[in-house]
Amino acid sequence: MKPILMIDFGSTYTKVTAVDLEGARLLGTASSYTTVQTDINDGLNNALNLLSQKIGQLQYEKRYACSSAAGGLKMVSCGLVPELTAEAARQASLGAGAKVLRVYSYQLTEDDAEEIQQLAPDIFLLTGGTDGGNKENIIENAKILAGIPLDFPIVVAGNRTAARTCERILTEAGKQVHVCENVMPKFNQLNILPAQAVIREIFLDRIIKAKGLSQASQLISGIMMPTPAAVLAAMELLSRGTQKQSGLGQLIAVDVGGATTDIYSMSEGEPQRVNTVVKGLPEPYAKRTVEGDIGMRYSASGIAEAAGMANICRLSGLCEARAEELLSQITQHTDTLPETQELAQLDFALASLAVKTGLMRHAGFVEKAYTPCGETWVQTGKDLSAVDKVIITGGSLIHADRVEEIAACALYDAAEPSSLRPQQAEVLVDTQYILSAMGLLSQYEPDIALTIMKKELTSHGTAK
Amino acid sequence: MSDKKKLVIGVIGADVHAVGIQILYHAFEDAGFEVTNLGVMVSQEEYIAAAVETAADAIIVSSLYGHGELDCRGLREKCDEAGLSEILLYVGGNIVVGKQPFDEVEGRFKKMGFDRVFGPGTPPEETIKALKEDLHVE
Repeated sequence: MKPILMIDFGSTYTKVTAVDLEGARLLGTASSYTTVQTDINDGLNNALNLLSQKIGQLQYEKRYACSSAAGGLKMVSCGLVPELTAEAARQASLGAGAKVLRVYSYQLTEDDAEEIQQLAPDIFLLTGGTDGGNKENIIENAKILAGIPLDFPIVVAGNRTAARTCERILTEAGKQVHVCENVMPKFNQLNILPAQAVIREIFLDRIIKAKGLSQASQLISGIMMPTPAAVLAAMELLSRGTQKQSGLGQLIAVDVGGATTDIYSMSEGEPQRVNTVVKGLPEPYAKRTVEGDIGMRYSASGIAEAAGMANICRLSGLCEARAEELLSQITQHTDTLPETQELAQLDFALASLAVKTGLMRHAGFVEKAYTPCGETWVQTGKDLSAVDKVIITGGSLIHADRVEEIAACALYDAAEPSSLRPQQAEVLVDTQYILSAMGLLSQYEPDIALTIMKKELTSHGTAK
Repeated sequence: MSDKKKLVIGVIGADVHAVGIQILYHAFEDAGFEVTNLGVMVSQEEYIAAAVETAADAIIVSSLYGHGELDCRGLREKCDEAGLSEILLYVGGNIVVGKQPFDEVEGRFKKMGFDRVFGPGTPPEETIKALKEDLHVE
């Protein structure tokens, strides 16, 4: 046996996952409360004790970790045009596993500067202009950033003609600056991987120390990455496969948490119908979006706002007064478990609507246009209608009773025909809650990570 | 970066004539311009967004289906609003309904703020010559 350990320092729970590399199998998982306020090792040791009760004391050859503790990786970004470089900057930040607090476009104002100071991001991503395109905007924004009395690192990934000027302005103001390739070197060409690599480096060097995670880092042999970046890596591996093993192809993954809902899609998202004109920025194959207003506890009222109280009542079978009462109860007591029949019904409704709203915002849509040359479709965003796998993860979903019904909310709905969601899909549930661990493992042993995911994700039939 | 003059081109409105714009793209590139081709069914906002981001020197609007007059209204004003007051605006193709005297058509589009107006069947060379003149190339 060759056991290794993966650790996920979550905002609430620290999860540990043990894997045997020789047998390419999962040994066990355990979790305990995260203790970032005192010593992060306390929570980790508690989780390890629980794990050893299940699988015995093991000598781990390696320990890898990811983290979303202490607020995760908080980022603010800015670009020039909202749908172009500002959107590219958002995509870059989300794909790096960040929590995107705010995205600005055009010129930053003094008010914006004050707001940025209050938001106090861990990293700022400064973009704007294609290579050789507009440079005045990014230079002006660099000047505004130079005046903010905080020392967050700034990644400059805009018009290369302006990069050195921005670097000079910011360095002279005492900022830590990282210049990398433009997120949009040519019009409508997305180039987000270089910026993401730099963001990850900064996360390793600096953020980990600042967040009290370094006490744990001596125990860890490598790779601290933000948890969402680990999940994204796991999903991309599961979709694409390795040189030796095929992947599952196109898929989407849904993670409904207490405060946010994360949606991942692995798909080119190309039009599935003829006569379609695609508009907007090209989308990355591995795309992540986060809905900050939708979650099972902290953001439960956001679900009611987005999907309507009527829908919550319809799905839960509760009357409006009772549903409202329970909603305010769970948003105040965020550790409420669905222990009564009523709460279980409410959680079912919340989870279903979180999945539906998250996917509606993530997937692309089509509009019909009548032109003198005939009927044409105009597509914005990804067409996911041919995707045939839905992965369900997140503590509130993996143990839910009616998980197939909840997963079905991710799919095509005759009431919303313009939303390009999957027509039908096999539902795979991350019952052991191992996706972030497999994302970490994928950085070293992709074949083993893929084997374990294929084995441990349990099929719950096909939803339509 | 190169000192090439930058153009944004596309077919405006609900027009899906995809071939001509490809030909123009290659003709302009070969003539030494850096061209952002927005393709077909381009809205006024898309021309402007692309021109802002790429710091374009000119927007060249194509229209072949006769509705160009409606589609082009307000483009100059929107450019002014977006800070592109210096940008050169060209329009060309079958830009009006039916057969109308070209000088009248030209007058109406110039009044809308277009710097140059080209009728049906204009060879690309003519537009290139005008661009070079207006943008002081060579």
